[in-house]
Amino acid sequence: MLQIVKTETAALQAVNDFVVKFANVNGSGSASANQLFAKSILRMGVPVAPRNIFPSNIQGLPTWYEIRVSEAGHLAAREGTDLMVAMNPQTWDQDLASIRPGGYLFYDSTRAIPASRFRDDIIIIGMPLTELCNAAYKDARQRQLFKNIIYVGALAALLDIEIDVIEALLKEQFRAKEKLIAPNIQALHMGRDYAREHLNCPLGLTVRRSGALGEHISIDGNSAAALGAVYGGAMVAAWYPITPSTSLVEAFSKYCAKLRIAPETGKNNFAIVQAEDELASIGMVIGAAWNGARAFTATSGPGISLMQEFLGLAYFAEIPAVLFNVQRAGPSTGMPTRTQQCDLLICAYASHGDTKHVLLFPEDPHECFTFGAQAFDLADRLQTPVFVMLDLEIGMNERLCRPLTWDDSKRMDRGKVMTEADLEAGKLFGRYLDVDHDGIPYRTYPGTHPSKGSFFTRGTSKDEFARYTEAGTAYVANMERLIRKFRTAEDLVPAPQIRSADNATTLGAIYFGSSSAAMREAQELLAGQGVDLDLLRIRAFPFNDDVRHFIDHHDTLFVVEQNRDGQLRTMLINELEPTPAKLKRCVHYDGTPITARHIIDLIEAHLPHRSAP
Amino acid sequence: MTFLPKPKLHHPELAENALGYTRRDYEGAISTLCAGCGHDSISAAIVRACFELDLPPHRIAKLSGIGCSSKTPTYFLGNSHGFNSVHGRMPSVLTGANLANRDLVYLGVSGDGDSASIGLGQFAHAMRRGVNMTYIVMNNGVYGLTKGQFSATSDKGAKSKSGAINRDEAIDLVGLALQLGASFVGRSFSGDKAQLVPLIKAALSHKGPAFIDCISPCVTFNNHQGSTKSFDYVRAHNEAVNFLDVIPAREEITVAFEPGSVEIVRQHDGSLLKLRKLDDTDYNPRDRLAAMSFLAKHREAGEIVTGLLYINPEETELHDQLGTTETPLNSLTEAELCPGSAVLAKLNATLR
Repeated sequence: MLQIVKTETAALQAVNDFVVKFANVNGSGSASANQLFAKSILRMGVPVAPRNIFPSNIQGLPTWYEIRVSEAGHLAAREGTDLMVAMNPQTWDQDLASIRPGGYLFYDSTRAIPASRFRDDIIIIGMPLTELCNAAYKDARQRQLFKNIIYVGALAALLDIEIDVIEALLKEQFRAKEKLIAPNIQALHMGRDYAREHLNCPLGLTVRRSGALGEHISIDGNSAAALGAVYGGAMVAAWYPITPSTSLVEAFSKYCAKLRIAPETGKNNFAIVQAEDELASIGMVIGAAWNGARAFTATSGPGISLMQEFLGLAYFAEIPAVLFNVQRAGPSTGMPTRTQQCDLLICAYASHGDTKHVLLFPEDPHECFTFGAQAFDLADRLQTPVFVMLDLEIGMNERLCRPLTWDDSKRMDRGKVMTEADLEAGKLFGRYLDVDHDGIPYRTYPGTHPSKGSFFTRGTSKDEFARYTEAGTAYVANMERLIRKFRTAEDLVPAPQIRSADNATTLGAIYFGSSSAAMREAQELLAGQGVDLDLLRIRAFPFNDDVRHFIDHHDTLFVVEQNRDGQLRTMLINELEPTPAKLKRCVHYDGTPITARHIIDLIEAHLPHRSAP
Repeated sequence: MTFLPKPKLHHPELAENALGYTRRDYEGAISTLCAGCGHDSISAAIVRACFELDLPPHRIAKLSGIGCSSKTPTYFLGNSHGFNSVHGRMPSVLTGANLANRDLVYLGVSGDGDSASIGLGQFAHAMRRGVNMTYIVMNNGVYGLTKGQFSATSDKGAKSKSGAINRDEAIDLVGLALQLGASFVGRSFSGDKAQLVPLIKAALSHKGPAFIDCISPCVTFNNHQGSTKSFDYVRAHNEAVNFLDVIPAREEITVAFEPGSVEIVRQHDGSLLKLRKLDDTDYNPRDRLAAMSFLAKHREAGEIVTGLLYINPEETELHDQLGTTETPLNSLTEAELCPGSAVLAKLNATLR
C-alpha cells in the first residue's frame, strides 16, 4: 500500500521555491481544498501564485490547479512540476511526464497501479485515500469532499505547513456553517496523522514561515476590476455571459450589493442588466453614457467582434463607454478557457472606417483596480470608448499584488459637459466645436435646458453643430479633430514604465499586461547569463513619446506578447514607424501563460552569437 | 437627409398649452421625406400629442434606428435630444438611456425593417424587459431608403411595385408585443389622425413598454394595386375596435359616461383613458389572451384591427424590477457612488 520507491536521481530539495500541481476531475469539489492549501502557504507569509487550468466544461473533464511557491516573489508560471498530486486517472501519464527528475508524485494508492505506469527518476508517495475515506464516511458525497481535505492534511505534513494555519482558515471559511468546522478539521488531522505515521515527512520540499509577503494582497483581476468600476462611479452595467469575463460582472454585482445600497431607502445606486447579446450590452452602455451615466460592459473576444458596429458609432458620435475585455484564445470560439493577448488590433481599430480607440493594459489586479476606475474618467474626458485589456491569466487567477488604494480627495472627472447655467449664460454650444483646441468638444446631457443645448446624435457625418452634412470639408475637419483628440489622449493615459538593466545595453524588450511577471523574471535570469536587457512596459494605447524614445535608443527590441502575429509589434510599426527589422517578434500563444523560460528562449533565438552549443 | 431648419415665424395667436409652449416648440426641421409620406403624418401626430399632454419638450428623449422612419426624429421635437443610432438597435440604446435617467420620457421610433428584420431581437427583449417607453413602428411593409424591397411585415402574397410577389410569412409585431409582455399595445394608421393622436398620448402617459404599430403607406414604393400597405387597402380593411380619449390627470372629470359602451382605464400617472367601444365589437382591451385570439382571427380574414388593443395599467417596469433608486442614476455623486479608502483598507485586510 505504502510505496516509497528509492531512486538513483537525487530528490529535489527546496525551501519556499517549488511548484505543486493538483490534477483533478472538474466538479469533484477539489477547487476549494486546493485553494485552502494555497492560502495556508500565503498565511505563512510566503508568496504563492496559484493558477486554475480548466476546460470549457462543468463536470467530468480534467482540471489542474498549479501553485508556484516563490520566496523571491516570482509570480509567473514556471515549467515543470516539483510535486504532482495526481488525483485524476484520465491524465495520469501526462501528469507523470510533467514531473521534474527528482520530483515527487503523490497519488491515491487504494487501487494498485502497474509498475510500468510509474517513472523511476521520481519519488513516489502513495496514500490509500479512497480506502481511508470509505472506512471513515458512509455518504458518497462526504467521501468525495473529505478526500480533498484529507490530502491537504497529508500535504501539510509532507511540506511542513503549519496545521494551525489551515485550521484557522477552515474556521474562517465555515464561519456561517459552524457545524462543518469540526468534521473538516477531523479530516485534515486524519490526513496529517496518516502521513506522519506512514510517509517520510517532511519531503525535500518544505514551506518555512517568511516575511516576504509584506502588505501584499491576493485577489483575482476580474474582482479587482469590478471594484475599480465601483470606485470609478460606474452606474450602469450591461453584459452578456462569456468566459472569462463573467466573474467580473458577478463581482461587480456582489460589491454593489454591499457598497451601493442607498441607506435611507434600501434602493440600488446602480443598475445591472443581463442583455440578450453583446450587441445589446454595448448598445445599453452607449445609451446610458449618452444620457450622462457612467456605464460599462465586460466581455471577451467573440463579444468584441459582435460590438464592432456600435464601437464605430461611439467613436464617431463621441460617446463615452468602458469595456473590460478579458481576453481568451481566438480566433472564433478558439480556446475559451485558455489565455491570450490576441484582441489588440480588433480593439485598437474596432469597426469599419478609420477609427482608433484607447486601450489600457493592466499587469496585475492592482492595476485592474486603478485602471478600472481611471477608465471612467478617461472615457468621460475623451468622450470615446476605453478598453481595459485583461486576459484570462490575470482576470481569473488570484494574484498577489500591492494593496488597493484610493485617494478620498479624488473627484470624478465628468469631462466637458455644459450645464443649464452655462447655456443660460449664453455660452456658445456646438456639439462638435473644438473650443479648447484639444480635439475634445463639449456635450450636454438630454433634458438640460428647455430651449438651448439640445442636439441630434448620429452616426452620419455632421458639422460642428451636429447638423447632418456630406460636405467633404466638414467631414475631413471632423476626422482630423478626432485625431487631435487621440493625440490629447497620449498625455492622459497611463505612461509606460521602464526597468533599466544594471548595465548600459542596446537591447530592449517591450511587453504589456500579464506577461509582466515572466518578463521581470526573465530579465533577472538573462542578467545572470550576462545578457543585459532594458524593459519597457506599455500600459496604454495611444503610445506616447517615451515609447518612441525607447525604440530610438535601442538597436534591437524584443516585442514579447501572447498572440501569433505580434499584434503589439504591428501597432508599434503602424503608429510610430520605426525600422520594422529592429522589432523582433517574440510570441507565445499556445494558451498557457507565458513563462520566463519561454521569453528567454524567444529572445535567445534572436541572439545569433549566443546560439545553443 | 439634408438639414433644413424651419423658419421661426410664429403666428401671434398660436394656442399655448399649460406650460406656455405653442405647437411650434414641438416641431423639428423640415422633413426631407417624399411628399405625402405617411411618416410625416405620424411626426405631426407626435408633435400634437406632446403639445396636448403639456410635456416639456426638453424632457423627452427621442431615439431611432436606421431607415426612413428613423430619420423622422429630426422632423419633430427640435428642442429634445435625439439619437439616431444603428440599424435595429434603438431598443438597447433607449434601454441604456432609460437606466441612466428614469425621469425623462422616452420615445423610440423605428420601422418595419428596423424592428421586424434586423432588430427583431432587440424589439422582443425591450418588450419583455419592461422598458418604460413609447415604441412606435412606422410600418410600410417595404424598404424605402433602398428602393422598394419587401420587409418582414409585408403580407404573404403582396405585390411589390416591380411586380414581385412576397412568398414569406409576415411578422405581426402587435402579436409579438402582446406575447412578449408589452403592457400597452395599439395599432393605428397614419391616415387616421383622430385615432392616432390619442393613442400616442395614452402611450406617452403609460408606465411600462407601450407599443404602437402604425401602418404608414410608402407613397413611392408601396402604394400601388396589389400592395396590402397602400392607403386604399388599409382604408378598406381597417377594423377599429374602439375610440380613445385621453383625459390628463390634472383635468377634473365631469363627463358622465354611458354605461356599457365606454370603459375607463386609470393609468399610473393618474390620467384616464376613455375607451368608446365601436358598434359591432365587444372588444375587451384588458384581456390579453382574448386580444391575441381576436387579432389572429381577423388577421386570417385579411382585416387590419386598429385601436387600443391591450392595456395593463398595473404592470411594473424595468426600474421596479431592478430596484433602482428614485434619483436618476446619472445625477449620483461620489458620495453615493464611491465607498472610499476606509472601506478599501478593510477589504484589503480580508484579502491576505
